[in-house]
Amino acid sequence: MPLDLTLADILAAILALALNAYVLLGGADFGGGVWDLLATGPRRDRQREVISHAIGPIWEANHVWLILAIVLTFSCFPPVFARLGIVLHIPLTLMLVGIVLRGSAFTFRTYDDQHDAVQRRWGRIFAGASLVTPVLLGVCIGAVAAGRAGPVPAHGSFADRFVAPWLTPFSLAVGLLTLALFAHLAAVFLTLESDDPEMVEDFRARALWSGGALFVAAFGALVVARTHAPLLGTGLLVSPWSLPFHVVTGLAASAVLAALWWRRYHLARVAVGVQVSLILWGWGVSQYPYLIPPDLTIAGAAAPAVTLRLVLIALGLGVVVLLPSLVYLFRVFKAAPSHSVRGPKGEH
Amino acid sequence: MPDLLAARSQMAVSLAFHILFAVVGIGMPVLMVVAEQRWRMTGDAVCLELAKRWAKGTAILFAVGAVSGTVLSFELGLLWPGFMEFAGPVIGMPFSLEGFAFFTEAIFLGIYLYGWDRISPRAHLWAGVMVAVSGAASGIFVVIANAWMNAPTGFDVVQGRVANVDPIAGMLNPMAFQQTLHMTLASYAATGFAVAGIHAFLLLADRQNAFHRRALAIALLVGAPAAVLQPISGDLSARAVAAYQPAKLAAMESHFETGRRVPLVIGGWPDMEARETRYAIRIPGGLSFLAHHDLDAEVAGLDQVPRADWPNVPIVHAAFQLMVGLGSFMALVAAWAGLLAYRRRDLCASTWFLRALALAAPMGFIAIEAGWTVTEVGRQPWIVYGVLRTAEAVTPMPGLIVPFLGFSLLYCFLGVIVAWLLYRQIIRSPRPTEWTRVYAPARRPRAA
Ligand code: HDD
Ligand code: HEM
Ligand code: HEM
Repeated sequence: MPLDLTLADILAAILALALNAYVLLGGADFGGGVWDLLATGPRRDRQREVISHAIGPIWEANHVWLILAIVLTFSCFPPVFARLGIVLHIPLTLMLVGIVLRGSAFTFRTYDDQHDAVQRRWGRIFAGASLVTPVLLGVCIGAVAAGRAGPVPAHGSFADRFVAPWLTPFSLAVGLLTLALFAHLAAVFLTLESDDPEMVEDFRARALWSGGALFVAAFGALVVARTHAPLLGTGLLVSPWSLPFHVVTGLAASAVLAALWWRRYHLARVAVGVQVSLILWGWGVSQYPYLIPPDLTIAGAAAPAVTLRLVLIALGLGVVVLLPSLVYLFRVFKAAPSHSVRGPKGEH
Repeated sequence: MPDLLAARSQMAVSLAFHILFAVVGIGMPVLMVVAEQRWRMTGDAVCLELAKRWAKGTAILFAVGAVSGTVLSFELGLLWPGFMEFAGPVIGMPFSLEGFAFFTEAIFLGIYLYGWDRISPRAHLWAGVMVAVSGAASGIFVVIANAWMNAPTGFDVVQGRVANVDPIAGMLNPMAFQQTLHMTLASYAATGFAVAGIHAFLLLADRQNAFHRRALAIALLVGAPAAVLQPISGDLSARAVAAYQPAKLAAMESHFETGRRVPLVIGGWPDMEARETRYAIRIPGGLSFLAHHDLDAEVAGLDQVPRADWPNVPIVHAAFQLMVGLGSFMALVAAWAGLLAYRRRDLCASTWFLRALALAAPMGFIAIEAGWTVTEVGRQPWIVYGVLRTAEAVTPMPGLIVPFLGFSLLYCFLGVIVAWLLYRQIIRSPRPTEWTRVYAPARRPRAA
């Protein structure tokens, strides 16, 4: 296949990269919230502490990847942004409520350190919002992937125009898949966030069985896709890319579980990153050259070339500032094991 | 409630909410950095305590700013898809740059907040400086986008779509300098006065408290110069409005008839039927002078604009009067503080000065809300002045009153919580044991 990438293709790829980073980093933060909700057993409070120490310093930076994806969408592909805002108004709005509650409840819990009932209530809101938001994100992705986010007809009932596009079995299946994915990702990452062996074992167990749940969810989504999302179904199953993609993704998934089994946590972390990225890129490649099937292509929706070129230059400059800063952030907080991470008050 | 009105109200509520936190995100890091630098120079533990408390407050506010900002960037598409499809190629540029500024800000805020005992004191201070710089930059970029809505440049309209796009020219639009300057100063003035005012209030009852005295001095150091400069910068803005948005200027001044030697109308209430302003003070030639620096200059009135295209004159006029009134009071208080400091008087000795400061605590924020009301309501019925109407930009989705009410409730809830948390965690004077329990950075500073 000859590769003649246009400027718009490059920006679409960068958009996918931003989404990829958000799913990997922000997704793990949501997953952390899920494990906060599901914290059980005698070490429940310590599990929660590990989670909140892991998320604390980085969730805001992780969250900005979503903003970057949004900004790139409306600068470089304005009709796509407009379409999403119209067709997916309801799930996006609900997702926003989730994002607001998650972020603020987490912060309130961290800083309102009185160890009282109020603080526990924040914890519950944080965890609940972490559960719902990924499902809604998945629902939106599912609607786009299934090719149901076409132009909204000028006439028809409210339900037909603004609900039917995203309230489908396939969208819901993708929602659950996203939730399982984020939870799995977080559990794998959390095995490295503590050097208390009991904690590590707790998170290992969670990583293993959420890995199982992920397999079930992925399989379920694929089955539903064949009947409910023929466009994606064929893209995923028939296109020349699809077989190698499935094989490599499957390999990565098995590598994660194997590495967990043999307690090779660093390996597991890398493998799960690869697995998640492959799932995302698999979706992207299967619908290329469409950004929103069935009508908005990369070339068709792209802003004028000047804009694209300038955004690319801005991205280049941004990377020069950002990459070293990001590396520094993760070096400061993720290099040493987290038992030495201190809250802003320094007590521990 | 009609859908267009619901959409505008939702946007207004979201921005009015977000701007409070954005302003703090611009102003507070400067206060933290000054306090930390003082501690490094003098070894004064009170300054360290201040830096830490402020950092904690900033963390709470930054998080709410980040999530409410996220809501806004989605809302641009959820409520105004027509606007974004039209304007995205031109003003995507400042928004992209803003994205990077957020990123840098979030990264260094994380390092600043959680890095006290992980990095060297010097690196820590620099992290604070980076937060302050990128906070200001993000504000500047987004206001550039707003300035473009007021004075759009850098494109042509061909058959209802933008063509010949020049994003750089769009960023260098004729309102950009005035608005960004005014907004940045407003952030420092509002934050500085709010902090100084709260501590002045507490000092009234507890005059020798070292914690409140230091806080007051640092906050005034940042807020007072900005408050003095603000009327000058406002004058620059007003002249740019006169040149590029005559209808908005006319509404601000409730100036109905075009003419020469136009008086400045202070206060009063515009009577829309009679087309005159009742109960106002008039300064002959004042508006001509302010708008064009010439007592006899001609100033266009609302009669130049079709009646259907008038913005809501009473709201714009009242909001403008409010901003200017509050701004004048703040500038006077700031000048008073400067005078006291110049004469080397103890600022906290004067009860009347402390009272005036306490009174001014909320004024900067009220002035900011009022100023944005002037800008946004005064631009109606246009979303992009003279080019795209708000009604053409709104989403076709019906039932918008539901998300409007939902977000309004959510914001009320968050606002109450944040106020309560700030009180519980930050403002309350520390018990002495709280700040002698030292949690200093990895290395100690050299003794001064
Ligand atoms: C601390 C806040 C504060 C204070 C004390 C003032 N302003 Fe202001 N003003 C703002 C905060 C603000 C703002 C909220 O930041 C605005 C909204 C848009 C903008 O760029 O700045 C604004 C807008 C704004 C505009 C409209 C610009 C436009 O529509 O594009 C004018 C003409 C002025 N201001 C003029 C003044 C004058 C003459 C003041 C004299 C005291 C003054 N402002 C004090
Ligand atoms: C249409 C208008 C606006 C949009 C779409 C918008 C968008 C955003 C977004 C997406 C964020 C979150 C970034 C993060 O995660 O850290 C944010 C935060 C922020 N915004 Fe806005 N914004 C708007 C108006 C403004 C204005 C007018 C200012 C300032 C003058 C401003 C200043 C800031 C600052 C300083 C932050 C950082 C958060 C904080 O420190 O509290 N924004 N905004
Ligand atoms: C953060 C400070 C800001 C505040 C407090 C603010 C305030 C407002 C208000 C009160 C309205 C409603 C106007 C009306 O009902 O007539 C509005 C509308 C709007 N603003 Fe702003 N504004 C701010 C900054 C911005 C910026 C930087 C942008 C950048 C793109 C922006 C974009 C919009 C849009 C798209 C609308 C809806 C259309 C309209 O009514 O003009 N605003 N804003």
